Amino acid sequence: MTPLTVPPPRPKAPKSVAHEASLVAPNPPAPSMPEPAVQLKEFNAWYGDFQALHNIQLVLPEKRITAFIGPSGCGKSTLLRWINRMNDAIPGARATGTLEIHGKNILGSSTDVVALRRQVGIVFQKPNPFPKSIYDNVAFGVRLHMKTTRAELDEVVAWSLKKAGLWEEVKDRLNQSALGLSGGQQQRLCIARAIAIGPEVLLMDEPCSALDPRSTAAIEELMFELRESYTIAIVTHNMQQASRVSDYTAYMYLGNLVEFGATANVFENPQCQETEDYITGRFG
Amino acid sequence: MRNHLLPWRIDAFWRGLFLLAAACSASVFLLVFVFLLHESAPALQQPGVEAFFQDDSWHPTSQHFGMLPMLFATLATTLGAIFLAVPLGLGAAIFRRFYAPRWLAPIFHRLIEVLAGIPSVIFGLWGLLMVVPAIAQTWGGPGQSLLAAILVLALMILPTVTLTADAALARVPGSILMGATALGLQPGAVIMRVALPAARSGIQSGILLAVARGIGETMAVMMVAGNKVQAPWNLLLPVRTLSSNIALELGYASEAHRAALFFGGLLLVSTVLLFLLPQWCWPRRKSR
Repeated sequence: MTPLTVPPPRPKAPKSVAHEASLVAPNPPAPSMPEPAVQLKEFNAWYGDFQALHNIQLVLPEKRITAFIGPSGCGKSTLLRWINRMNDAIPGARATGTLEIHGKNILGSSTDVVALRRQVGIVFQKPNPFPKSIYDNVAFGVRLHMKTTRAELDEVVAWSLKKAGLWEEVKDRLNQSALGLSGGQQQRLCIARAIAIGPEVLLMDEPCSALDPRSTAAIEELMFELRESYTIAIVTHNMQQASRVSDYTAYMYLGNLVEFGATANVFENPQCQETEDYITGRFG
Repeated sequence: MRNHLLPWRIDAFWRGLFLLAAACSASVFLLVFVFLLHESAPALQQPGVEAFFQDDSWHPTSQHFGMLPMLFATLATTLGAIFLAVPLGLGAAIFRRFYAPRWLAPIFHRLIEVLAGIPSVIFGLWGLLMVVPAIAQTWGGPGQSLLAAILVLALMILPTVTLTADAALARVPGSILMGATALGLQPGAVIMRVALPAARSGIQSGILLAVARGIGETMAVMMVAGNKVQAPWNLLLPVRTLSSNIALELGYASEAHRAALFFGGLLLVSTVLLFLLPQWCWPRRKSR
């Protein structure tokens, strides 16, 4: 699928993102909307009798970063986890409406969840490397989904680690346990593990909230790199982070999508009072 | 005279007390081993260690001290029981941890705990009245046999395997199971490829514990094994284990015979050590 309109290039991110304290994002005015990678229509989700999401209409543009902000319990993570059906494992979780990835509804029971999760990767809040070697962590999903020779596997592992910005730090100890890495390194390893199987969409559920500022900066820089190849959705409680890294921002409250737009617009000129209150810290 | 209440003195007192407790428990094994060595010393000189392994029969009163068939019987019952109990126990633990309905899991756990608490003589009674006749009817033979010993022993070590595997699986962080699911693994593959490998060292310790218990189990095995001294080459024929041998004969043994029984005890302890040794020599890697 080729985009009909080529989106205007976005200026490169400032190098020292960690020092960027301003709430005002350095983003250009709203770029023209690229192709939708993920599209939700009249999407509702429940946990048992509790309705967690109400009638969500939303498009995640392809090869852009969309940030989900909003107070805890507003449904951000729930929404994110529906995109690759991680909620399947939760008893009583169900959804109605449509959730399309490149035009294909993935909510039905006939959806090949294995193929979907290969297409849509996820990185969690707490780094969760397997208690295996660094190499085996990255190779794990590849071995599952693809028949590769050892040389090809080596190549994929090296490529993924380079792409995740971890290669230089671990190339001499690929056979050591991943549990010996620092928290920030573990999180980048989890990103490498996710991209090794060639997803199109990358979901990140508060990927930096357990990390120190330096690791956070590393992950944010990494997101700019990954943006060229992947559609990224990130849940974050950090307003600065949302304004720094994202192209689009969705503000959610009590299971509703309150406001969605280009990040610069949402942060500089929010349409809803609630959004403004939340962003400026008067609420939430 | 308040000096004795100075903090460092109090601390020294507690330290000494705990050191004593630690020393007591640590020295028990050494004491037992020395005791066995001492009591079997006469047999080690006359007839000598070779006799226990080379004599072709066990007639200690007429100077035939062959223990090899009983050593083999001990190994055969234990390994046979492990062979049955490990898949069963592991399967039960996996079921409870990953598949059991919420209301069933705790009940199941309690049941296994109770099973662990049943005295071995009860297992012996049950084996004698249920298992032995069933074997005799189904396959013929006397019923009291290696097979009966294996079956009863397997049930006895089942709780050990199940409870330790369950605890090891419980220690696997849910986050890595979720990570595996996110990479596209089906629930069964998450268990086989992530949960079990992550719990491996705990499961292995449990199996070793079960082996140690199986090697030493005396009462239940003695009640169903038939206790005829012969090599365990036929599942349907009786065997006598080393531990049964001690229990059966110590009451009337004297002199060389008595010392020979203690040598049997030494052999039992050594066998257990032999199974535990690999774990000490290659300690499992610390997972931080």
